[in-house]
Amino acid sequence: MTAHPYIPNSEPRVRAQMLAAVGAASTEEFYAAIPAALRVDGLLDLPEPFTCEADLVRHVEGLLGRNTSTRDAISFLGAGCYNHHVPAVCDEVNGRSEFLTAYAGEPYEDHGRFQALFEYASMMGELLEMDVVTVPVYDGYQASATALRMCGRITGRPVVLVTTAISADKRRKIADYLLPDMRIRDLPASAGTGTLDEDSLAAALDDDVAGVYLESPNYFGVVETGIARAAGLAHRNSSLLVVSADPISLGVLASPASLGADIACGDIQSLGMHQYFGGGQAGYIAVHDDERFVMELPARLFGLAPTSVPGELGFGDVAYERTSFAVREQGKEWVGTAAALWGITAGVYLALMGPAGMTDIGDTILARTRYAMMRLDAIPGLTVRHLPSPHFREFVVDLTGSGAQVAAVDAALRSAGIFVGKDLSSEFPELGQSILVCVTELTTKADIDRLADLLKEAIVTR
Amino acid sequence: MSHLEHAAGPGGFPIEAKPPLRRFHQARWDEPLIFELTQPGQRGILVPPAEPAVTEAVAGAPGELPPGIRRAAPPALPEMSQLHVLRHYLRLSQENLGFDLNVDVGQGTCTMKYSPKVNDRLAGSHKLADMHPLQHPDTAQGVLEIYWRMEQILKAISGMDRVTLQPGAGSAAIYANVSMVRAYHAARGQGDTRDEIITTIFSHPSNAACAKTAGYKVITLYPDADGYPDLDSLRAAVSDRTAALLITNPEDTGIFNAAIAEFVDVVHQAGGLAVYDQANANGILGITRAREAGFDLCHFNLHKTFSTPHACGGPAAGASCVTAEIAPYLPVPTVERDGERFFLDYDREQSVGKIRPFTGVGPNILRAYAWVMSLGAEGLRQVAETAVLNNNYLLSKILEIPGASLPYASGQRRIEQARYSWEELAADTGVHSEEIGIRAADFGVHYWTSHHPYVVPEPFTLEPSESYTKSDLDEYAAILSQVAHEARTDPGLVRGAPYNLPVHHTEHEVLDDPAQWAVTWRAYQRKHVTGTP
Repeated sequence: MTAHPYIPNSEPRVRAQMLAAVGAASTEEFYAAIPAALRVDGLLDLPEPFTCEADLVRHVEGLLGRNTSTRDAISFLGAGCYNHHVPAVCDEVNGRSEFLTAYAGEPYEDHGRFQALFEYASMMGELLEMDVVTVPVYDGYQASATALRMCGRITGRPVVLVTTAISADKRRKIADYLLPDMRIRDLPASAGTGTLDEDSLAAALDDDVAGVYLESPNYFGVVETGIARAAGLAHRNSSLLVVSADPISLGVLASPASLGADIACGDIQSLGMHQYFGGGQAGYIAVHDDERFVMELPARLFGLAPTSVPGELGFGDVAYERTSFAVREQGKEWVGTAAALWGITAGVYLALMGPAGMTDIGDTILARTRYAMMRLDAIPGLTVRHLPSPHFREFVVDLTGSGAQVAAVDAALRSAGIFVGKDLSSEFPELGQSILVCVTELTTKADIDRLADLLKEAIVTR
Repeated sequence: MSHLEHAAGPGGFPIEAKPPLRRFHQARWDEPLIFELTQPGQRGILVPPAEPAVTEAVAGAPGELPPGIRRAAPPALPEMSQLHVLRHYLRLSQENLGFDLNVDVGQGTCTMKYSPKVNDRLAGSHKLADMHPLQHPDTAQGVLEIYWRMEQILKAISGMDRVTLQPGAGSAAIYANVSMVRAYHAARGQGDTRDEIITTIFSHPSNAACAKTAGYKVITLYPDADGYPDLDSLRAAVSDRTAALLITNPEDTGIFNAAIAEFVDVVHQAGGLAVYDQANANGILGITRAREAGFDLCHFNLHKTFSTPHACGGPAAGASCVTAEIAPYLPVPTVERDGERFFLDYDREQSVGKIRPFTGVGPNILRAYAWVMSLGAEGLRQVAETAVLNNNYLLSKILEIPGASLPYASGQRRIEQARYSWEELAADTGVHSEEIGIRAADFGVHYWTSHHPYVVPEPFTLEPSESYTKSDLDEYAAILSQVAHEARTDPGLVRGAPYNLPVHHTEHEVLDDPAQWAVTWRAYQRKHVTGTP
């Protein structure tokens, strides 16, 4: 029998030697405890394998060949996953065996992981202007959901006010996660600006409200200009303010904390992760260095510690006793394997970008987003929602006035090599035939012009 | 004088044989924090500016950021050239002990196994890396087919009827399962009354913690004298308040619970659901399945059993597998097939909704699929049998070390891992399991005690998956034997470890003191350098 390359001890001679060493006639003996009724009879019904690597590659590449990637097309898709440039050094570092294949070693032999994640948290801390940032949680949805349950635990109150300018999927995640002990009340955005409606917030705040949840930019790309006012109202009511922000915007947008947010959260996929069909998501949660908040974080926190050698940097887990690893169900929610490598990668990204790079990328995206909004709004029959409000990276264009259906326009542009954006017509029926269009630093003026030309054609020739 | 005689001795040929234990020393770069490497004006990467025509077109247009909303000062990030960023992180990587570099049997319960490089390359293809999750399905048929095929594979391995690959890791899959349990009982009008979940102390802490997070009161069963989950305790614990039993098998002791089907029966008779934690499935692939034991739900960790890299703790991937009765509650979207075409189904009224954005961790689902396809049914069985052989072989070597023992189920074989105890060694020497682990790392390997609480005193947990050779296992046993010997002859040496690693003994007390802890550089500066409040 040929030994499988991934299973060295499938080689018959060594197998016999090892069986003899443990006094077993066959591996069947190890399974003696499993009752016959629970045993699989024969082999599992699985496809024929490709045991030679060359054949496996042909098979998998054959499947992948049926995909059209965002490199094969011009993509205006965002809605939570973004087509930003991934610096080569990001892939180089996260592809290193030492990081890619490590897991949960101690702060000694895995010193590099601890330092890299401490530095990630530290660089995020500079962007966010907050002193405590967690090791990444699963994704931005999880970060928002946990931030809201933290509000409940910190204030002892049962209600959160959640902006309606949020993705329907994220809201479903939050709804599922808050089910046991909290209730959601919708906080509608202002119809005019798409930002905070102060009167609605003031009216909704009562003694039950643990926290107020806003996003900036929100799901529709609108930069939230009401964070400071929301913080004032929330704090006067002894409620907390949670703001979800994409860190890639923070070179140009004021940090949530500087405007009064108590908890910042969001997804870091923009910071050096490929889109990976949704596999590049990872979440952050940040708070001030206040024990009442820190002790409610479920995720791991890596802190600096002295060693026995002067000048040496040691690391370890901060306040480990709050975690489910230490005290099971007595811990805060749970902690487990989540997205650490994406945290290391985001650190590499921020170090490469530096202060100037983060400002530059913000400015490029602001300008291109505005340009795209103006180009599309100028097309008769198309309306860009909340045109006068500041936007970052995304905006909503409504086709209703043209009589065109998003599905048809999407199909027409797809055949011309353009992914037009996220169809909002079923997610937000009240927005009519609308598309959420995303523009990044990878979307050139020529790309935007082509989108405008083809959209114009598609709504006329429908 | 012969040539050979002439050359013998230090510094000459032939080079002497290596000593029995590796003279390991990890890289020690004494690397500063990245903030200390900053050089004003340096740039690591440049960003394309908006085209002049764009800048001109938008100048003076509405939508400018109002004052107070535009960031006043750039973030205080490091300023470094590209090489210097790369060099910093490469140095840190060398100060990290990846699976590929060591005999990684010491991280028991984690199923450290080889992640084939070819699968990393496939996952990095732009045909996956640059796929947006909301692309029209017509442009994503390849990746959707991989999801669909992986679901079929996991159906065969578990015996269950439907699978979701949406959870981002094992614990997320446990949470998804609990969420489905909650929806199931709510749909039957028993959501409020069935408010208890039962689990076992040797099941992963996330079973208890996810159940609590989802609103359940948690009842934890302790093992009987032989280390098995206690069936009588379960009988006493179930009632019309029982929503589910979350149980692992084999548990982290490596002992297979032969009465598992009876556990399921007891819970079913009380009207609860049975949820199988299959995090420890590596030794039972193709041997025994959730379906035959009567379970309603189970989950797998694709980053453990199915070889996707552990990535310093994620991204990972979890799979929840359910019976047809539970399938209506699966998170959306599900991956469906209509003839030759694959699509996503969001239209599922009873679904628990979303566990994670989009559909799951694509690159890891692809890696897991490619791993199974490199093995097939026979290969998977060989994985299981070899993992179990490796474990029982290592076990016999470990038990030769004076002071090491294997509590519970005396005379019973273990499946794919074993939880040992240094109780006797600690009693003799005062050296604890944690200290042994840190000293063992001086020889270039990982070591892990166990999850808390330490039901087994002075615990350590070894899991030699199918990836290792016999000599790997001999080497690991020899390292532990050496450290145990040192504990007896020179306990101070063990306690003073590490010596050969990137850093020395670290004072961890500051990490539990709110006045001193520093989770970021800015917190450290404020608390310990500038002293500003």
